[in-house]
Amino acid sequence: MKKELMMGNDAIGRGLIEAGCQVAAAYPGTPSTEILQSVINRKDEATSPLHLEWSVNEKIAFEVALAASYTGKRSVAVMKQVGLNVAADPFMRTAYLGVKGGMLTVVADDPGPHSSQNEQDTRLFCLQGRVPVLDPSSPAEANAMIGPAYSLSEKYEMNIVLRPTTRVCHSRQSVALSEAVQLERKSDFVPDTGRWCATPAFLPSLHRSLNEKLEKVAKEPAWQPRYTKGDGSRPAVAIVASGIAYANMVDLLDELGLSGTIDLYQVLMPYPLNPDFIADLRDQYERLLILEETYPVIELQLAHSGAEGKQNGAVPREGELSPDILYQALADFLGLEKAVSSPGDGRGQRPSLCAGCPHRAAFFSIKKTFPNGIFPSDIGCYTLGMNLDAVHTVHCMGACISQGAGFYQAYKQDKGEIPTVVVTIGDSTFFHAGIPALINAVVQDARIIVVILDNSTAAMTGGQPVPHMGVGTGGRQTRAIAIEPLVKASGVEFLESCDPYNHDRFINVLKKADAHTRAENGGVAVIISRHGCLMDPEVRKMQEATPVTITEECIGCGLCVESFECPALSMDGENEIAKVDKDRCHGCGTCIPVCPAQAIVEGDE
Amino acid sequence: MMKQQIVVSGIGGQGVLFLTRVIAQVAVDRGIPVLTSESHGMAQRGGTVLSTLKVGEFAAPLIRTGQADVALLLFEQNLAVHRNLLKESGGLYINATTPGEGDRIDASGIARGMGKAVLANLVLLGRVISREALFCTEDDCVQAINKLAPAKFVKQNLEAFFTGMKL
Repeated sequence: MKKELMMGNDAIGRGLIEAGCQVAAAYPGTPSTEILQSVINRKDEATSPLHLEWSVNEKIAFEVALAASYTGKRSVAVMKQVGLNVAADPFMRTAYLGVKGGMLTVVADDPGPHSSQNEQDTRLFCLQGRVPVLDPSSPAEANAMIGPAYSLSEKYEMNIVLRPTTRVCHSRQSVALSEAVQLERKSDFVPDTGRWCATPAFLPSLHRSLNEKLEKVAKEPAWQPRYTKGDGSRPAVAIVASGIAYANMVDLLDELGLSGTIDLYQVLMPYPLNPDFIADLRDQYERLLILEETYPVIELQLAHSGAEGKQNGAVPREGELSPDILYQALADFLGLEKAVSSPGDGRGQRPSLCAGCPHRAAFFSIKKTFPNGIFPSDIGCYTLGMNLDAVHTVHCMGACISQGAGFYQAYKQDKGEIPTVVVTIGDSTFFHAGIPALINAVVQDARIIVVILDNSTAAMTGGQPVPHMGVGTGGRQTRAIAIEPLVKASGVEFLESCDPYNHDRFINVLKKADAHTRAENGGVAVIISRHGCLMDPEVRKMQEATPVTITEECIGCGLCVESFECPALSMDGENEIAKVDKDRCHGCGTCIPVCPAQAIVEGDE
Repeated sequence: MMKQQIVVSGIGGQGVLFLTRVIAQVAVDRGIPVLTSESHGMAQRGGTVLSTLKVGEFAAPLIRTGQADVALLLFEQNLAVHRNLLKESGGLYINATTPGEGDRIDASGIARGMGKAVLANLVLLGRVISREALFCTEDDCVQAINKLAPAKFVKQNLEAFFTGMKL
């Protein structure tokens, strides 16, 4: 069988094509982004027509996929764990109403977290939502789960969640390519008002039917825990694990020469757990070591009196279950010698906005213009404006505008000086969840400045298309939805756009915006800070690159390194002056106005 | 059967991911199972990034403290964070301009001389291969680079690799 080295997300993307998925909708977010990208890249491998879309947000992606399933086709919605919060409303109701064609929701969790605002566990979400959830331990396993998951979804007419974690999404492994199934389905939506419109009158019976289905799903033979029998040398104890924690434990047991000496269970479907499995574990074992990321979902359902896990603190309640942490837990559980070496210190160099990033120039001007301002911001590369002290809050997609309004309302009622509130939000985030918040701010007369950082792409996740560029999924042409008319239609009267590279004008516009928010007949002011993302080679090619040099005027104050934090600038330890790293400098010149001694100038040395 | 655990460490933008993929591709081409783990998203914005590769029969890609056989560091300062992954007897190869622990070469300087600092990743790979520290050979790597590099950069990438080999 042909094998290919695939990233976990690619293995999932290929799995969706192999299973005959015809509608796939997603909103990008690490660690899930490459899943839809993979389906886009592989669309020619599909045997059925495929509709693929980067939706405006996760709720929309879910609803698009849901309706496609009502027609009898196979569909998928893809998102990261916090994206499921955005899609929670339709997700919860879908459990009751069910689906028709197979529907999967792939939700990538981020234990650690590595690139998220929390490390919530989608499996616990599924327990609350009463949705079966699968927990793959490797890219190959994730790929192999998809076809059977669609079958399960169609057998019970239920939405099924596949929950990979970062270490599965961003692992690479050889994965076997299977033939794509030929389903040849035609859309056939059959109205059923008692179901698809279910009013409260219909819901008790739908809920009852859901509970009955869950009991059957729990006993589905294909999804039972996989058992590796020990040699009996460690009686009455067992390890129960799922996801990547299981895979890490397999390697650890091998490394320690303990493979096959202890009973080991891999849970494939953490919810719903088979009650017979729960009863068997209670009968057979005095002690269990339970390993799962990130919340004790299996542990709660097992409710085993000898459980060693997150609830009694034998396993850390937060963070990834790294091989080092697993070793500690296993050593405690089996009474082994403790590790002598400890993991390295810290996380190393913190991330920073790229050299030449237009966001840096915008943040520097905002902080310089309003040194006492309040700066709510949002989710994206520009979160890193916190390094420049130009970002004070980061919460969740779109929160910055409503938080900005909340700051204003709280300060306003004190009748004293109201600090200037400058909100920064990326273009993709603005479309995702910023528009209702902007309308609300206008209606509630919140006097704030909203700076839309428009770099024409979803940069943090690798450059997915945004609605105002007129380019859709996979590069096809779409109608462009400009930001300006949306802002105006939201009732905003002050709207200016400015390239943040133009330092003086940008500061001027900020001051005008502040005046507008403080004028009697003023209101919300919106500035579009517009400059393409420098990760886009086209942007770099198009813009002038003037080398900069540090002159003898440098007083070694370090402002350009500490307050501006361009990765191309550092302090020369010996001479105590700033120096330019030519490898990293894009010649954008935005550092020139930053220097208080005018020591950064255009030109080569 | 051969087993090797490899660490590739650097900061976002240095080509850690590409270097990881080249080594993983070699394993695939030789029919050896391989698992890798990579950093994506926020960390890639100039922050510390770590890839781990496990070549041979393994179930998971992460490496436990003190278990790596070889470490390739593209960013010297990462030594404090990732040194502990390496075995006592492990091979340590570092892109650095200052003297110190491990086998050090100024891969960035060499790559800059070739006109492109980001080629430091393949210069360092060349060095490691010339020391026979990895499970694979020069020819294996050439084949993988040919497969993975964009067509217009293949020549340049191979040049960087060979330069590292000949140091």
